[in-house]
Amino acid sequence: MEEEGVVLLEFWSSPYVMRVKIALEEKGIQFLYKEEENIFLGKSPLLLEANPIYKKVPVLIHNGKPICESHNILEYIDQVWKDKFPILPHHPYERARSRFWIDFFDKMIYDIGRRMWASKGEDQEDAKQEFLKSLKLLEEELGDKPYFGGGQFGLLDIALIPFSCRFYTYETFCKFNLEKICPNLMKWVNKCNERESVSKALPNPYKVYDFGLEVKKMLGIE
Amino acid sequence: MAEELKLFRTWSSPFALRVIHALKIKGLEYETIFEDLSSKSASLLQYNPVNKKVPVLVHNEKPVCESLVILEYIDETWKQCPLLPRDPYEKAEARFWAKFGDEKLLSSIWNVLITQGKQLEEATAEAVQNLKLIEEQLKDKKFFGGETIGYLDIAFGWTVNLISILEEIIDQKLVDEEKLPLLSAWMQNFSDDPVIKDCWPPRDKMIAKYQAMREPYLKKVVSQ
Repeated sequence: MEEEGVVLLEFWSSPYVMRVKIALEEKGIQFLYKEEENIFLGKSPLLLEANPIYKKVPVLIHNGKPICESHNILEYIDQVWKDKFPILPHHPYERARSRFWIDFFDKMIYDIGRRMWASKGEDQEDAKQEFLKSLKLLEEELGDKPYFGGGQFGLLDIALIPFSCRFYTYETFCKFNLEKICPNLMKWVNKCNERESVSKALPNPYKVYDFGLEVKKMLGIE
Repeated sequence: MAEELKLFRTWSSPFALRVIHALKIKGLEYETIFEDLSSKSASLLQYNPVNKKVPVLVHNEKPVCESLVILEYIDETWKQCPLLPRDPYEKAEARFWAKFGDEKLLSSIWNVLITQGKQLEEATAEAVQNLKLIEEQLKDKKFFGGETIGYLDIAFGWTVNLISILEEIIDQKLVDEEKLPLLSAWMQNFSDDPVIKDCWPPRDKMIAKYQAMREPYLKKVVSQ
């Protein structure tokens, strides 16, 4: 790959891409972004070359070398640009906790997120309950800290906050209200959105909802 | 404070093996607590209330869950015999392939276990394709970690044990020496390593266990 410097292969609606954008912004790293036209209709030759295994965004290309998988990219960014705004917690135990929760959330949302958006009836209801159970666990983990990282905005905050732009979509499809169910978590969402890196990276939730409807139509899901 | 390490595991868990290998390489003493997953102990539920799964490593009463997370924790806490590469790009590659092993490779190997006939042929082809991708990561090294066993060797270690068990059950080679020469050699090198070779779970018990897991899927096809 010829790309020099830092290039991010992305698509505007991907929360996994948003994770990387937030991290790059917090670290003040200059980067070029290359947006896929529509990730649901086809993938660019560059994306297929950079991520032949999963063919997904985000991919960070740093001096011609591709790094795939958003969590992986966050850890890479933190190690390479270690003098600016540390993302990972300092202590190995705290790191392990953050990594555990990211792994937990990613496995959950991959299946549950899709079912809340695309299913109906009992399957959708089960997905909704699973989602709310998971959010409550996260709210418990947050406790009364301002961020998951404690006083400092860090890895777990960066990994989770992008999904907040999908909350309106989930709430609307599955009929629930997160302000009532997870008030502390929603306070954390608002606090994170005060950061420029987050407000720049996250699209408007209504735009996400409309796109969700459009994709359903495109894929023939009723 | 004296270090206290406890490992909650089952006798057969391939993911627990990862933790055992890492602890052995680092020369760390630990206590083993065997769990019966059909009747989980109060301690396990206390240490891993979210997933309620093994393995869990408890270090001075602080629990760490998920085997790949545990590997990184061990490597960051005890600096001797480093497991992960130092170079950020190589580290990212190692983590990527470890996850590939847990996702794509594991599910393709599971499909080999639960199918027969034409479906087994297709499942085998897919598993071999995934194994080829992993073999490419070896390049011409003895181990994924280079001259010595590292993170990715440990992450893939479960394949060495499980694949040989599977091959016996389905009476078919999955890792053919001719088609996957480097991977074949790696499996032998890994198994022969003094740290690894005494750690395998009892083979006859493993065969019985996986045979029993396969049975219901074969019966389902017959009764259709």
